[in-house]
Amino acid sequence: MDFVARVYVVPKPAILDPQGKAVETSLHSLGYEEVGDVRLGKYIEVKLSGDGAAGVEARVEEMCRRLLANEVIEDYRFDVETA
Amino acid sequence: MKWGVLHFPGSNDERDTIYALESVLGYHARLLWHGDRNLADCDAIVLPGGFSYGDYLRCGALARFSPVMEAVADFAKSGGPVLGICNGFQVLCEAGLLPGALVQNRGLKFRCVPATLTVENNTTAFTLGYEDGAQAVIPIKHGEGCYVADQSTLAEIQDHGQIVFRYTSNPNGSIDDIAGVCNREGNVVGLMPHPEHAVDPLTGVTDGQPLFRSVDQWKQAA
Repeated sequence: MDFVARVYVVPKPAILDPQGKAVETSLHSLGYEEVGDVRLGKYIEVKLSGDGAAGVEARVEEMCRRLLANEVIEDYRFDVETA
Repeated sequence: MKWGVLHFPGSNDERDTIYALESVLGYHARLLWHGDRNLADCDAIVLPGGFSYGDYLRCGALARFSPVMEAVADFAKSGGPVLGICNGFQVLCEAGLLPGALVQNRGLKFRCVPATLTVENNTTAFTLGYEDGAQAVIPIKHGEGCYVADQSTLAEIQDHGQIVFRYTSNPNGSIDDIAGVCNREGNVVGLMPHPEHAVDPLTGVTDGQPLFRSVDQWKQAA
């Protein structure tokens, strides 16, 4: 079966995100005063095949830990759907 | 003594490093390709600066999985001297051979300036040649040199003398002014500044020379 995993990677709360800060400042200067904290991360789409969702999720989890995110500085989450 | 300088796709300081080691310091040095599976009997390894694999995903993240890095990890674990400069430092952190990580400079700007460093630990393979607390002027040139580590890692590296260099004036927002760190054993050192650009009297400063010369002392003591 074909699946698609959608992986979201964002800087950990304790890590300063200067890009996010710059975007936040720009949103404020455009008049969006309601904007609080902005964090800039990555969206990664992975197409893959597998026998079932549980097995695919375990594989994606491993990919996140080994490569897609650096847990020293980043948090990740993902969802998996049949393609 | 023979030095090996790794060459990843996108490295750009590998030839400057060879020049510094051979033409200025008088060592033998050779390039090692990222696809190599052995280190050709080199006595010390340098991971040079640049933008390995285009800095895709995260700086140093993809270079870490090059075939040559397995050999480097084995070499490091057996006590071999390994130096990571700039992107090479990022690769060593991604590979888990050094603690912490490097993220975008706090001021968002690429910084290209001479930096004054304090030698915080002069017992590593790459700092034996400096006096304890010595200052050295070594240039930096990076956009992602802000060193970060969580509080427990920071406490741990402080306790074990793993902070090797600090900036006297912090150029990038690095936690605790950290410019370079080492592993517990002191044979693996990474720093953002470029000692290979600080060896030739022709270009002004030579404060990087003792860094490379330190390995002679380290090998003698071993």
